[in-house]
Amino acid sequence: MMKNEYDVIVVGAGPAGSVAAQYAAREGVSVLMLEKDRDVGYPVRCAEAINRRTLIQFIEPDERWINATITKFAFIAPNGIEAVIDFKSIQGYVLERRIFDYELAKQAAADGAEVVTRAYVYDLLFDENETVTGVKVEYRGEQLEIKSKIVIAADGVESRVGKWAGLDTTVDFRDMEACFQVTAANVPVAQDTLYFYFGKKVSPGGYFWVFPKGENTANVGLGVSGAECKKRSSLSYLTENLNRLYPNASILTQIAGGVPCVTTPDKFIADGVMLTGDAARQVNPLSGGGIASGMVGGSIAGRIAGEAIKNNNMQHIYKYKEEWHQARGHMHERFDKFKDVIYDFTDEEFNKIMEKLRALPDEKRTIRKLFMIALANKPSLLVDVAKLFIV
Amino acid sequence: MFRMAKNNKLMIEILPNKCDFCGCCVGVCPEDAIELKEAEINIIDPRCTNCAKCVWSCPIEVIKFNKEGVPVK
Repeated sequence: MMKNEYDVIVVGAGPAGSVAAQYAAREGVSVLMLEKDRDVGYPVRCAEAINRRTLIQFIEPDERWINATITKFAFIAPNGIEAVIDFKSIQGYVLERRIFDYELAKQAAADGAEVVTRAYVYDLLFDENETVTGVKVEYRGEQLEIKSKIVIAADGVESRVGKWAGLDTTVDFRDMEACFQVTAANVPVAQDTLYFYFGKKVSPGGYFWVFPKGENTANVGLGVSGAECKKRSSLSYLTENLNRLYPNASILTQIAGGVPCVTTPDKFIADGVMLTGDAARQVNPLSGGGIASGMVGGSIAGRIAGEAIKNNNMQHIYKYKEEWHQARGHMHERFDKFKDVIYDFTDEEFNKIMEKLRALPDEKRTIRKLFMIALANKPSLLVDVAKLFIV
Repeated sequence: MFRMAKNNKLMIEILPNKCDFCGCCVGVCPEDAIELKEAEINIIDPRCTNCAKCVWSCPIEVIKFNKEGVPVK
């Protein structure tokens, strides 16, 4: 059972935390991962779509946690016009995260990390130099102190660990996508397609999604920007869209959630602590996708933490920032610029973009082309598009 | 015990029976004034400045203003 000292403590057992724990453990250091909830992988606050290219770097695709295999994206304009991009190959998957997250935690455990659930971290330990030296945790009704050389905080959108270490991770409320999703039956959609709906009436400052989950079930949800949620709640938009599009839907699960659609803060590392995943705001700010980028962030954080301890060089953890930016951070900065433009479009503009995309022959409809059309009036951003899609 | 209105500003209250414990409000709170456990949420009274960012970001409208001061445990 839990010891009172580890090399690395990971707070939170989502995808970022589990991958961080696994990569640290692989370096041969002792790792404890703490999860506040009863279960790893539940509740699922996620639309569950991930791209294949990143996923396979971390785990072999397995039908036990894949609900749908995606080869097409469909974009639906406010006037109902639908433009489909057919990738003609497997682009990604819709996951069953209650199993997927569990598998990632098992991988971490198999590589030597210790995992404990129902363990709520409520504060940090510091030494006289204000270096983080462990966590205070509530476990089975007891308050314990567990020491560590490095704390990796993967404690999600609601992260507080960074703040306790003096890192400013507060998300501007306008950039917090306020989400609501149902997993519903009787939603007859193609099982190989992710559907994205846009428009001020549908999901202002965000989008409405229908992601297939197999056998006529789907994740149906939306995110609206905080600025819009201030005026009208995400739940009310979702209810309206669902009643209009799928009046026969039966709701199997329903859940609220927040996605921090921002770039990584200037500082997400302090002495003895590294943030990763949603806690470090490592989400693609345009799509809101965070599983893949969280695993990338977690893998870098975990490995670097392990290296720092092995080499007894605690300053090494600051290398994480540069590696993150090379892997994903710079890319997210470009997507963040697009976000500001795209979520400002009027319904008319969305209609025109989808019409133009739909008018193209099948083989010319690509994500790159979609951005070229959408950002045609912003020449400075076309450079970013070109750099993002060098193929 | 009651958390009383400060500076005659409106007070903020979370309706625990309606809360989904999603963490939006914690992410936007500039004062680290909200504590979220598995299925338990509390405003840390001395830190709250009634800025209302949590109210605005809540996807399901379970954080409310309350003029009277709200019960705290």
